[in-house]
Amino acid sequence: MNWLDTIVQGILLGGLYALFAAGLSLVFGIMRLVNLAHGDLIVLAAYLVLVLTSALGLNPFLAALIAAPIMFGAGWVLQRVVLNRVLGADILPPLLVTFGLSVVIQNALQQGFSADSRRIGAGALETASVDLGPVTVGVMPVLTFASAVAVILALNALFYRTALGRAFRATSDDPATARLMGIRPQAVFAQATGIAMIVVTIAALYLGTRANFDPSIGPARLIYAFEAVIIGGLGSLWGTLAGGVIIGVAQTLGAAVNPEWQILSGHVAFLLVLLVRPRGLFPRAYD
Amino acid sequence: MPLLSTHALTARYGDFQALFGVDIALEAGQTLAIIGANGAGKTTLLRAIAGVLASDPGMVMFDGRAIGALTADQVMVQGIAMVPEGRRLFPSLSVEENLLIGGQMRRSAGPWTLQTVYELFPILREKCRAPGTALSGGQQQMVAIGRALMSNPRVLLCDEISLGLAPVVIRDIYAAFPRIQAGGASVIVVEQDIGQALQVASRVYCMMEGRVTLSGAPDGLTREAIHAAYFGAMA
Repeated sequence: MNWLDTIVQGILLGGLYALFAAGLSLVFGIMRLVNLAHGDLIVLAAYLVLVLTSALGLNPFLAALIAAPIMFGAGWVLQRVVLNRVLGADILPPLLVTFGLSVVIQNALQQGFSADSRRIGAGALETASVDLGPVTVGVMPVLTFASAVAVILALNALFYRTALGRAFRATSDDPATARLMGIRPQAVFAQATGIAMIVVTIAALYLGTRANFDPSIGPARLIYAFEAVIIGGLGSLWGTLAGGVIIGVAQTLGAAVNPEWQILSGHVAFLLVLLVRPRGLFPRAYD
Repeated sequence: MPLLSTHALTARYGDFQALFGVDIALEAGQTLAIIGANGAGKTTLLRAIAGVLASDPGMVMFDGRAIGALTADQVMVQGIAMVPEGRRLFPSLSVEENLLIGGQMRRSAGPWTLQTVYELFPILREKCRAPGTALSGGQQQMVAIGRALMSNPRVLLCDEISLGLAPVVIRDIYAAFPRIQAGGASVIVVEQDIGQALQVASRVYCMMEGRVTLSGAPDGLTREAIHAAYFGAMA
């Protein structure tokens, strides 16, 4: 086994998992909402990008650029119309509602697109590779990782350098006192979910071009996203990247030993981190 | 016409009624003090004015408008800012960010900016990068007051700002009041410290069990009258 190659592939895979997780981390961090439909929303966005590429003949990156504001709007409406009504002291209603949403999305997609596996074509990029000395890496995995880093940089800049980001953090700390500042938590939450959906669109682009997808793969993506967020620690987006990388490397190392162990290795790594650091590696937010 | 007034204001927490028809009036530029024992309804009164507790529209009149039914964020945008009981700074924000967030939802001309708030409470300039909650109680109280001032409110509501603070610290904080009053804000102060309340206000209301039992200018009130209104006259 080529250790270096395996680890590098794992790191790049971690970028994809970090993209899955970043949107979840944002929503979880700001409003303590566990969105069980997050994985299915990624799949939904992938189908949206697919439709735009096939109907308009666009390349996938351009299609994602058009899909992003559509998904922002969808997330905004979802939060305002549905999720804001169930957010409250009780954690159960949002779990139930988003679980139901997950089922609805999967079935709607199956109804609309059938259960066939699909893929977003990226032309020559799909197999293009770059020689980095001792290892050769695919262009798409590198783009995926680079996008994950760019997204996290952008989200951190939003959170820590803008007035909106201040409002996000304050509402996350104490919605009642945030109201006294003139902030409307419902509006803040809708914007947060909208932004999370833009990140979801980027994740969907790389998911859909990397491997086949069908309406049912959402929940598995959700689990990886969750594990990455929890390993990283609540409130830390770089932690989410670290979490994604840990899962990715664990998976590729496990697969190199025995292909059947790939998925299991990721989960074992998650459990090991949790045993040593129950709050995650870089917890930042106050609970 | 008073700038802010309440009319037969009632408020309840579920089945428990906390205010029974409270009438107060605040003139522009005035400082009002509300005193009373724990549980008298002072904080409830402020929360009802600030919109944290819902009331009928006409129960709270501000500048001729009925604001009783507005939510807390809507009331703030109208120009009434609250310094909440217990400071309630945002732990995820630095001192400077706590101040900035106080002013970011209401653009209003006035004397209070980040610089003038730092001039009012110079210690905050030194600590501006520290997390809001890493300061002493007195310093946190300064941040909470500064945060409310940043929106240049027309009415400032101060809920028990002396709570949990040492007497010398309380004096330091109240020493800032003349400048706050000079800035044009009309102030309602809820206080357990009767001495400070009588010193800073031009009109005092005493509450007991959800009702106003005494009101008047501080000079016109005797200790006996205050005692009776505070604790209830002995039968």
